[in-house]
Amino acid sequence: MRSTGVRFTPVNTGRIAVWVAYAVLLLLAPQFFGSSFSASLLSQMGIAIVACLSYNILLGQGGMLSFGHAVYTGLAAFVAIHVLNRASAGSLPVPVSLIPLVGGVAGLGFAAVLGFVTTKKSGTPFAMITLGLGELVFAMALMVPEFFGGEGGISGNRMVGKPILGISFGPQIQVYYLFAAYTFICTAAMFAFTRTPLGRMLNAVRDNAERVEFIGYNTQRVRYFAFVISGFFAGIAGGMYALNFEIATAEVVGAARSGAYLLFTFLGGATFFFGPMIGAVLMVLAGALLSEFTKAWLLYLGLIFLFMVMYAPGGLASLILMNLRVAAAGLFRPLLAAYLALFGTGAVLLAGLAAVIEMTYHLQLSDSLGTQLQFFGLSLNAKGLDTWFGALFVVATGAALFELARRRFVHDWGEAQAHIEASVKRLEAA
Amino acid sequence: MEFFTISMLNGLSYGLLLFMLSSGLTLIFSMMGVLNFAHASFYMVGAYVAYSVAKVVGFWPGLLIAPLVVAALGALFERFVLRRVHRFGPVAELLITFGLSYVIVELVQLVWGRTAVEFLPPESLRGPVFTLVNSSVDGLRWFWGAAPASACSAADAAVRVVCSPFPATRGFMMIVALAMLLALWLLLTRTRIGLVIQSALTHPDMVEALGHNVPRVFMLVFGAGAGLAGLAGVIGGATFVTEPAMAATVGSVIFVVVVVGGMGSLEGAFLASLVIGVVQTFAVALDYSLLTTLRGLGLTVGPEWAGNTLVKLTLAQVAPILPYLFLVLILIFRPKGLLGTREG
Repeated sequence: MRSTGVRFTPVNTGRIAVWVAYAVLLLLAPQFFGSSFSASLLSQMGIAIVACLSYNILLGQGGMLSFGHAVYTGLAAFVAIHVLNRASAGSLPVPVSLIPLVGGVAGLGFAAVLGFVTTKKSGTPFAMITLGLGELVFAMALMVPEFFGGEGGISGNRMVGKPILGISFGPQIQVYYLFAAYTFICTAAMFAFTRTPLGRMLNAVRDNAERVEFIGYNTQRVRYFAFVISGFFAGIAGGMYALNFEIATAEVVGAARSGAYLLFTFLGGATFFFGPMIGAVLMVLAGALLSEFTKAWLLYLGLIFLFMVMYAPGGLASLILMNLRVAAAGLFRPLLAAYLALFGTGAVLLAGLAAVIEMTYHLQLSDSLGTQLQFFGLSLNAKGLDTWFGALFVVATGAALFELARRRFVHDWGEAQAHIEASVKRLEAA
Repeated sequence: MEFFTISMLNGLSYGLLLFMLSSGLTLIFSMMGVLNFAHASFYMVGAYVAYSVAKVVGFWPGLLIAPLVVAALGALFERFVLRRVHRFGPVAELLITFGLSYVIVELVQLVWGRTAVEFLPPESLRGPVFTLVNSSVDGLRWFWGAAPASACSAADAAVRVVCSPFPATRGFMMIVALAMLLALWLLLTRTRIGLVIQSALTHPDMVEALGHNVPRVFMLVFGAGAGLAGLAGVIGGATFVTEPAMAATVGSVIFVVVVVGGMGSLEGAFLASLVIGVVQTFAVALDYSLLTTLRGLGLTVGPEWAGNTLVKLTLAQVAPILPYLFLVLILIFRPKGLLGTREG
C-alpha cells in the first residue's frame, strides 16, 4: 500500500471544524434574525432537517424510495400531542422537553410494525407499498376521530406546569433552542449511523443487493432495521412538530407532505449526507416565502424538480461540491464568463416564462380583480395582446441565448473536468 | 336480485376502467422497468383535452382526438425526458415521472382552473341502457332503455315496485374496455409489431441485433400506454367528474392493482382490476357495520361498545381503504401478487 493515498482518520481537524461551525450556526442563528417570525421559521427548519435526514436514510443511503414518510412523522406527532395533553392534565409525568423523544419512540414503534410489510420488497414495489400505506393511514385518520380528532385535529398546549429555571417553552425562542439541541444531536447520531457496520451494509444493499445476499446477509433484515431507525428519527421530527405548532391535523400524515419530503430531500442532494439539510432549509423557505410571493409556486417547484432530476441527479449538494472541486483546482476563473452568460440568459428565459405563467394564473384565478397584475414592478395587462406578445418574445430570445450559453458552458466545463482528471492521473502515476 | 345485478355490472365496468389504466401501466413496466407515476395524470389530461375538444367538435371526435393527443405527449416525454434519465437508474426514472405528475396537476389547474369542469356525456349516452323492474306482483322484468312510467309506479299501494336503471355511460365504458382489450390482445399476439414488442420484453439485445429499433419500440409502447390512459380518461371524465383531483383518486388505486396482480403480469392486472372494482362498488352500496351485523345475528351489544367508532363504521365508509387493506394482505400472504411470477 502506498503512503501517498488518503489515510483513514475518522476524527480529523476538518471534520471537527465543520461540526463546531454547525453547532455555532445553530446557536447564533436567532441572533441574526431577531423577530419571532424568524424564530418560528428557524424552529421549522430544525424539524425539517431532522425529517429530511431521516428520510435520506431510506432514499440516499438505502436506495428505498418512500412515498409515505409522513406516516411516521405524522403518527408520531399525534402520539406526542396526546402525551402532551396527558402531561398537561397531570396524568402522565413527562417533561415537555422530552416530548420529541416520545415522538421518536412512537415513530420507532409504528415503523417496526408497518416496516415489516413495507420492507418485504425493494425498488419499485417498495415505493408502491409505501404509497398504499400512506393512503391507508390518511384515510384511517379521517375515519377514527377519537385518536385523530377528525377534521379539526387535536390541539394541545406546550406550557405545562411551572417554569423550570425560567424556561416555560412559551416564547418561540426557548422552543428554538430546545429544537437546536435536538437537531444537533439527531444530525450527529444519524451521521454516526452512516459509519456503523449496519449503515455500511445498507449502502451495500442499495448498490448490489444480490451480492450482499451471496455474502450471507439477509437484505430484507438490513432494510428493516434501517427503516425502523429512520422511523425513530422521523418520529422525533414529528414530536418536534407537535410541540412547535401545538396541533396535529390529518394532513400531517397526508401524501402531500410525504411528497414534499421526497422532493426537497432530492433537491438538496440525496447522495450526500448534508444534502437533505440544504433541502430542508429550502422546504421551509419555499413554504413560507415563495407561497406568499406567487400562487404558482408548486408549478415552479415541480419544474425545478424535473430539471434537477434530468441534469443534476445529485441535487444542490453535488453542484456545490463539483464547483468546489473546480475551484480547488484553480480553474474557476476561466469558467466565470461562461457562468455569467449562463445565469444572465437563464434569468431572461425564466422572467419570460414566469410572466406567461403568472398572466395565465391571473386570468384563471382572479378574473374578478381586473386584468392588471404586478410583476417585478411592471404592470402587465393579462388580456392585452401586446403583453402576451412581449412575454413570448422574451421567452424565445431567452431560450435561444440560453442554448448558446449552455453549449459554451458545457464545452468549458468539460475542459475543466478533463484537466482535473488529467492532473489526478498524473498524481497517481507519480 | 336487481341490486346484485346492477351493482355487479357497475363494479365490472369500474374494474374494466381500472384495467384500461393498469394495462398500459403494466406494459410499460414490464418492458422498460419504469413504473409510470404520471400514468393517472395522463388519464386526467385525456379527460380535460376531450372536454375542450368536445366543446368545439363534439364528444365523438373528442373520443378519438384526445387519446391521440395524450399518446403524442407521452411519446414526446419518453423521447426527450425519460430516455435521458434512464442511465441514472430506476429510482431516478420513478422520480422523474413523480415530478411530471406534480407538474401536470399544476398545469391542468393553470389551464382549466381549480374546480371541476362540466364534461357531460353526449345525448345518446345519457339515459339508461336497460332497466330492471322488480315488482312484488309481476316479478323481475327487463326493459331496454328507460322503463315506461307505468311499469315503475304501482297503482296499488300494497304493490312494491323497484326500478333499477343501468346507465348507458357504464355500458359504453364496458364496451370500449372490452374492445380495447381484444385489440390489444390481437396486436400483441397476431401482428409483427406485437411480436417485436413481446420479444423486446425479454430479449431487448437480441431484438436490437436483428435490426429492430428497440428505443423506438419503447417510445411507441410508452405513447400507446399513455394513449390508453387518455382514452380511459375521456370515458372516466364523462362518467364521473372531471376535476384536478381525479388523477390522485384513481392513481393510487391502479398502483395497488399492479402490485396486487403481480408486477408486470397483464393477466394479473386484469384479475386484480375486476376484483377491486367489484369489491369497492359493493362496499360503497352496502350500509352495514359491525354493530348492525352483530345485532342482525341476534346478539345484544352493550352501550360501552355501541359508542365505539370502529364498531359503528359502515362498510360504505370503509370502502376507500379496502384496496389498500387488500394490498397489505396480499403482501403478507402472497408477496409476488395474484398471478405474478417473481418476488421483487
